[in-house]
Amino acid sequence: MTSVLDSTDEPNVDNRRAVLRHRRPSRWMHWINFPLITIMIWSGLRIYWAEDIYALGILDWEWFSFFPDWFNEKLGLERRLARGLAFHLSFGWLFAINGLAYGLYCAKSGEWRHLVPDRDGIRNSVGVVLHDLGIRQDAPNQDGRYNSAQQLSYTIIVALGGLALLTGFAIFKPTQLSLLVTLLGGYETARLIHFWVCLAFVGFFVIHVVQVIRAGRSNFTSMVTGYEVLDPEDDENEDA
Amino acid sequence: MPEPEELTMDEYRVRSRRSVLTGAAAMLGGYVGWRRLQDSAADHNIPGVLRDVHETNESIWSTLFRDDHQAKTFGRADASILQVNGFQGMRNDIDLATWQLNVLGPDGERLGAHSLADIQALPMHEMTIQHKCIEGWAQVTNWSGARFSDFMDLYADRLPDDITDVYLATPDDRYYVSVDLATMRHQQTLLAYQMLDQPLDDAHGAPLRLATPLKYGIKQIKRIGSVQFRRDKGGDFWGERGYDWYAGL
Repeated sequence: MTSVLDSTDEPNVDNRRAVLRHRRPSRWMHWINFPLITIMIWSGLRIYWAEDIYALGILDWEWFSFFPDWFNEKLGLERRLARGLAFHLSFGWLFAINGLAYGLYCAKSGEWRHLVPDRDGIRNSVGVVLHDLGIRQDAPNQDGRYNSAQQLSYTIIVALGGLALLTGFAIFKPTQLSLLVTLLGGYETARLIHFWVCLAFVGFFVIHVVQVIRAGRSNFTSMVTGYEVLDPEDDENEDA
Repeated sequence: MPEPEELTMDEYRVRSRRSVLTGAAAMLGGYVGWRRLQDSAADHNIPGVLRDVHETNESIWSTLFRDDHQAKTFGRADASILQVNGFQGMRNDIDLATWQLNVLGPDGERLGAHSLADIQALPMHEMTIQHKCIEGWAQVTNWSGARFSDFMDLYADRLPDDITDVYLATPDDRYYVSVDLATMRHQQTLLAYQMLDQPLDDAHGAPLRLATPLKYGIKQIKRIGSVQFRRDKGGDFWGERGYDWYAGL
């Protein structure tokens, strides 16, 4: 086995290449979104605390109540409604602008073609998940930048971002935007959807981070530099 | 400038270093901005920058405000007795026999005083609306009372035309709100004296309270003791404690 140190001494040994994976607008908007969503969830939980009525359970049996006292205490969510609202309704605009900019960018650049799964995509994504979980041995073939499961989850998270905005505006101005409230099933339903969208974001975050760790370093750095470094033997895979 | 589809490894190393530096600078900038926001001089209990955004939000949504747009109304059967959530300004006993509504002009001058019978002499309007609390809950309830606009018109001749806000306070001045004139003159803004056809009880603001589906409950002051027509925003109990002055729905 040749060590890395040996190989750098010889010219032309580094025949890897760097292929553009994520264009600049995608990278910026992706990373800007991370602190924005964090602030939105944190301030949103401070608002939720003031009327923390949601729970999981059946009939009178309550299995899990959102959220236990230790959780609220630990994160400093108690009695911070005014500050929660102030942060949420300020940073919400930045989240909206970033999201709209991304939507426009995707539409204009054609990037959405990499993102939205085709007809086979949804069926195929089941295979990817089974493979990832170690249940299925062979990896389903991937003919684009993202595999089907990635496409599906990225499309869903973008759609959920839109739903967060719609339900958020419905709760924010329920009288002035009464048509939107009606479409969403009423004021209280809009609030419930908004809450579950938040939980879905947290769930996506956990899965996303696990997936990125599994995908390895060059996948992660491509979201920073834009380019993924490919070994020559990757080429076959790439061109398949 | 468009990025090339492919880079040589030498180009990539330069690019990689630049990206990491840019990212580090952006993170540092974000952190400094966040600290500065948190440390910016407080304006009534929230960072001043966020108060500015509240005011920007107010200018956006008050511009979109339409006098003829009505808040959704509900069937009377959906209405129930409103849950009681606050007692600010209502801790003293009140003598309903001697109660009166004092009316003040923009310079604090006394314009008049009214008994409940005066308010009840104005045309009565009933509405079944969804009351919304800034805490997040909502409840359909039913109010009857006089339109504030009808009440204000009693003073049409004596008020200057540059009134922009109305300030209302409890008799002990311990609770007070300031509401923009457009909302106050909306058809669904009532000086309410009945809930579900019954005279208001003490906990719901007897003898007279504000009721409007256009504002959160924090603005719907109970047990009104005085009304002042103003040329500017007046004090606001919860606004001063960090909430949005506008609190419009």
